[in-house]
Amino acid sequence: MRWGVVVFPGSNDDQDTLWAIEQVLGEPVVRLWHKDADLHGVDVVVLPGGFSYGDYLRCGAMARFSPIMDKVIEFAGRGGLVWGICNGFQVLCEAGLLPGALVRNRDRRFVCAMSYVRVEDNDTPFTRLCRRGEVLRIPIKHGEGCYVADATTLELLERNRQVLLRYVDANGRATSEANPNGSLDNIAGIVNESRNVFGLMPHPEHAVEKWMGSDDGLKFFQSVLAAQRNPGTTDRTAVAPGH
Amino acid sequence: MRKSTAAFAVWPEEESVRARVFVMPKKEVLDPQGKAVARSLQALGFTEVGEVRVGKLIELELQADDRRQAAERTEAMCRKLLANGVIEDFSFEIEE
Repeated sequence: MRWGVVVFPGSNDDQDTLWAIEQVLGEPVVRLWHKDADLHGVDVVVLPGGFSYGDYLRCGAMARFSPIMDKVIEFAGRGGLVWGICNGFQVLCEAGLLPGALVRNRDRRFVCAMSYVRVEDNDTPFTRLCRRGEVLRIPIKHGEGCYVADATTLELLERNRQVLLRYVDANGRATSEANPNGSLDNIAGIVNESRNVFGLMPHPEHAVEKWMGSDDGLKFFQSVLAAQRNPGTTDRTAVAPGH
Repeated sequence: MRKSTAAFAVWPEEESVRARVFVMPKKEVLDPQGKAVARSLQALGFTEVGEVRVGKLIELELQADDRRQAAERTEAMCRKLLANGVIEDFSFEIEE
């Protein structure tokens, strides 16, 4: 499976993402420059974290209009897998590939911490190796990660099971204290309606080996790989509430 | 949501115009920056201060045949890039 990681000016997690895919997952990966006008035949596109174009105007607003994004939008429209992490999630929202937006954290502070997220649905290529209700430890580091959307959008997200990850405490409870940035309904990650575009604020690429403090993030990478090799089967079992 | 687009003057030829674009967080979107500024002002003794909201002012220069064209182009810029309709409202003024 051929992976592509987009590099915008100001991306800073591109190397970690490339490393996670190549060294840990063991799959071929290419760097896609923001000025590239084609995706070089990749099967999945990852938009990494960072501060693309200095986060000028709004996070992700300028990156959304870079030449490669036209191709990414086209690719997503054909059902191609697109995955945005942190700044990549912001870019996907700005591009209209995912609903809602990410705004300044509730407490105005940049947060850099280990977080717990609960997998809300595993019927997607990105979470298929997770169990529903499973709690993962994945770090967060962002200043503008507060997910907002209007009431109608939130209702649709819930109804279509598009909320894939929620911030929770160590016991799997989605409390207000466990919400690091004020995201509505503790939302940490969502998928689009056709389930091929995924965005999340936590950084799975920083949690792919035990020495990093957690290797839970690897599950998303492995899920994508499993989905490509064997489309159509998902473990529908769920973890008991409370985990 | 635009201001000052009434009474379009017709200019003899293409001219440089200045637009002032105001981008504000939507009322229903939490504005932590505005809240912090309100608290600081109150702590400094400006106890009459109620709600504060912080937005952006963008000044830009553009070439246009007349005010109407300048307003149309500025509005298109707001919709495409300058404001995000999910979280922000915009308004603008065209100056000669």
